[in-house]
Amino acid sequence: MADFIVSLLTGLSSAAAMFLVASGLSIIFGVTRIVNFAHGSFYMLGAYIGYTLVQAIGSTGIGFWAAVLIAAVAVGLIGVVMEILLLRRIYKAPELFQLIATFGVILVIQDVTLWVWGPEDLVGPQAPGLKGAVFILGKPLPEYDLALIAISPLVLLGLWALFKLTRWGTLVRAATQDRQMVAALGVNQRWLFTGVLFLGSALAGLGGAVQIPKGGADLLMDFNILAAAFVVVVVGGMGSIFGAFWAALLFGILQTFGIQILPNSTLVLMFLVMAVVLIFRPWGLLGIPESVLQIPSGPPERPLRPALPRVRALAGAACAVLLALPIVHLVFPEVVGTFTLVLVIEIMVFVLFAAALHFIMGPGGMVSFGHAAYFGGGAYAAALLVKFADAPFELAFWAAPVGGALLAFLFGWFCVRLSGVYFAMLTLAFAQIAWAFVFQDMPGSVLKTFGIADEYGAPLKITGGDDGLNDIWPSQWASARVSYYYITVGLSVAALWIMRRILYAPFGYTLRAGRDSPLRAAAIGIDLTRHRWLAFAISGAFTGLAGSLFLFSKGSIFPTTLEIARSFDALLMVLLGGVQSLFGPIFGAAALTWLNDLFSVLSYWRFLLGVTIIALVLLLPQGLAGFAGTRLGRRLRLARPEEMAT
Amino acid sequence: MTEATGAPVLELTGVDTFYGRAQILSEVSLEVRRSEVVALLGRNGAGKSTTIKSIIGLVRPAKGEISFEGKPIQGLESFQISRLGLGYVPEDRRVFTSLTVAENLEVGRQPRRENAPEWTHDKLFALFPNLAAMSDRLGGLMSGGEQQMLTIARTLMGNPTTILLDEPSEGLAPVIVEQVAKTILDLKAQGLSILLSEQNLHLSTLVSDRAYIIEKGRIRYEGSMAELAENEEIRAAYLMV
Ligand SMILES: Nc1ncnc2c1ncn2[C@@H]1O[C@H](COP(=O)(O)OP(=O)(O)O)[C@@H](O)[C@H]1O
Ligand SMILES: [Mg+2]
Repeated sequence: MADFIVSLLTGLSSAAAMFLVASGLSIIFGVTRIVNFAHGSFYMLGAYIGYTLVQAIGSTGIGFWAAVLIAAVAVGLIGVVMEILLLRRIYKAPELFQLIATFGVILVIQDVTLWVWGPEDLVGPQAPGLKGAVFILGKPLPEYDLALIAISPLVLLGLWALFKLTRWGTLVRAATQDRQMVAALGVNQRWLFTGVLFLGSALAGLGGAVQIPKGGADLLMDFNILAAAFVVVVVGGMGSIFGAFWAALLFGILQTFGIQILPNSTLVLMFLVMAVVLIFRPWGLLGIPESVLQIPSGPPERPLRPALPRVRALAGAACAVLLALPIVHLVFPEVVGTFTLVLVIEIMVFVLFAAALHFIMGPGGMVSFGHAAYFGGGAYAAALLVKFADAPFELAFWAAPVGGALLAFLFGWFCVRLSGVYFAMLTLAFAQIAWAFVFQDMPGSVLKTFGIADEYGAPLKITGGDDGLNDIWPSQWASARVSYYYITVGLSVAALWIMRRILYAPFGYTLRAGRDSPLRAAAIGIDLTRHRWLAFAISGAFTGLAGSLFLFSKGSIFPTTLEIARSFDALLMVLLGGVQSLFGPIFGAAALTWLNDLFSVLSYWRFLLGVTIIALVLLLPQGLAGFAGTRLGRRLRLARPEEMAT
Repeated sequence: MTEATGAPVLELTGVDTFYGRAQILSEVSLEVRRSEVVALLGRNGAGKSTTIKSIIGLVRPAKGEISFEGKPIQGLESFQISRLGLGYVPEDRRVFTSLTVAENLEVGRQPRRENAPEWTHDKLFALFPNLAAMSDRLGGLMSGGEQQMLTIARTLMGNPTTILLDEPSEGLAPVIVEQVAKTILDLKAQGLSILLSEQNLHLSTLVSDRAYIIEKGRIRYEGSMAELAENEEIRAAYLMV
């Protein structure tokens, strides 16, 4: 009993940071309709700034809490700076494009944090006056946990009062529902937006600062909390602060008890609960079903049309160059080095990955936040087949697309029923489950519960957890650099061509009809869910193919392949290239892989990449492929005269 | 009804508006004078709402001039236009469903203006007695007629001098339409100018001084409401379904 109560209280205390971050995310999304990827970074900044301030002034109780509050305000101001310098310029851009901008901010903040505070994890100081423990039925509970337990309801109360009792709060709630109408009633939304960014970011900063005595500060906090915060927001209901509160409590408790029951599976547990909740309540526990929550992929799109002769010629020329490169390499190795071939292989892998994601995102309107699951999942399927069944390369290679398709088929069944942000979050959740599955080597743990273990009784290594799976190479005939180059280029070009064909076939038209007007498509008897599901699985297959090419080019595979960051990379490639064009993902992937490669030798490459991304967002709001529609692009006859970028 | 006089309060000259590449309005010109109720009549899809949205800045005209109280307003943001004293009552009501009646009114509140009647909750509740009883009710839980009263009241909270009313009678029972007519005449009596978009003649004949007929984005007819009411031919050509 005492154990139970103490566990329960520990769970409640661990809900605090999650609630603070999630409520901020929810408030920002509600008003600005921007899914702020940088929110996790604000949390991280809250922890680091809080740490420094506590070092400086936190030796007394008052000093400590003042430091925490100042950190929150400082992070709130950073949010305001982001709003004024960046978001304000792009509210009118396609909403998805705004995601990329906040993604650029993540990269910048990562490197700034690294630069200011260094790479070492910081161990948080204890809170003065709360260093001891209280005893509950004889069991100790840290005093600071009690403070954390109190914080969530206090903040909730404060937010309630702010939103319910002030004019500003009323305007924010009105804007969450219909911000155009609020403007037409004479309210200057700019200050609402700025205020909301301050509040939301400050909450994230507060979350980061209050947890330093428990968790300190480290450079992985941003992505770690981001996934959890998304889950809390979605389970609670987008835009509902009370929902976020209950969901955070639920997950806090789930985590504490989960650790005791299934030590290696808390993450999986969390995401499973989310999947179950969304199946029964697609809008979360307290959310309202609203079509407003769609992530529109921009203004009404131009119909897809066959490429112009000039564009076809360029595509042909690009293929010719790709085919000729290895020959040049063999004849003049000093002109085209091995390094170039390796880079092109990598570029083609990601071009294929991005094109497969674009396949559902652009024409299908389904924005997947978790496509790395099919990339890495497919690759793991192939790698496991090699490791445990000694499958030959020729067989194992195809296990990846099949695995990717099957996984997408399975996850897709749940996801395609939702749309907009909820779709995106559910795909993210499934990707995290897949990640946790390999990272925590779930198969090994499961086998152990059936008594199958190694000679010391430890779980068998199946996916290998953190160490990954190594030494997986193509057969002799395919392993030479040039051979593998041709395999990669050949397969990815063929795959691109097939995807293009599918999109120009009736299936592709149906998909786009469903994206543009789901109701009308349903009215004329199209089973939209089934089409979306099939498209998702096809995309999974091609993503898995990319994973296979990746695996055999590197010879090893690690859980990082399934990380959120990897999913976001693919998303970034598609968005940066331009969702509106089938060529978009190709440009985006090529540009980003190349930039990554170019910058990776520098010590602060993330900063540079982030700044580059932000600059691109500001300069080319239609994506790189949108360049064809600019004045210069039309002069070069890359677009029809009327296809003018606006 | 009295003929309003003086310079126009609101004036559109040669306004063209596009949605994407589709031209919706062509050369729309019209004017509203002080204390005048002007009807903008036309079938569904004729361009009434687009005209009104062009005025309040929710869509940007590609060409033409819009002036309010002598100042050009095209290109301003809608909050700026609204703050000049131009109130907007949208066609689909757009009540904030998750806010209470009192909160809906609060969103519309603006500082008082020299040349406009000042509205308070009490004064509004006198004009719309049934809103008074439900000031704590959520906007989403009200009937269509109540929502229509609320949107008008919400706009009045901005103390406007001129109001754009987009199809206020749409979907309302006849007795409620009478109530809306009474309200419009009340407001006119207090000196407000009103541009009223309507599909059917009933409400507009009750309240309007003058009328424009718009079809396929072009103004086809302009004249006094009394004239129009007698002109069977024009009505048949542009208004009958
Ligand atoms: N957001 C929009 N995008 C594209 N076309 C629109 C949009 N809103 C209205 N239209 C079109 O503009 C025309 C005029 O519409 P509207 O001004 O709403 O007419 P009314 O209010 O007279 O019924 C219609 O043909 C309608 O289909
Ligand atoms: Mg209309």
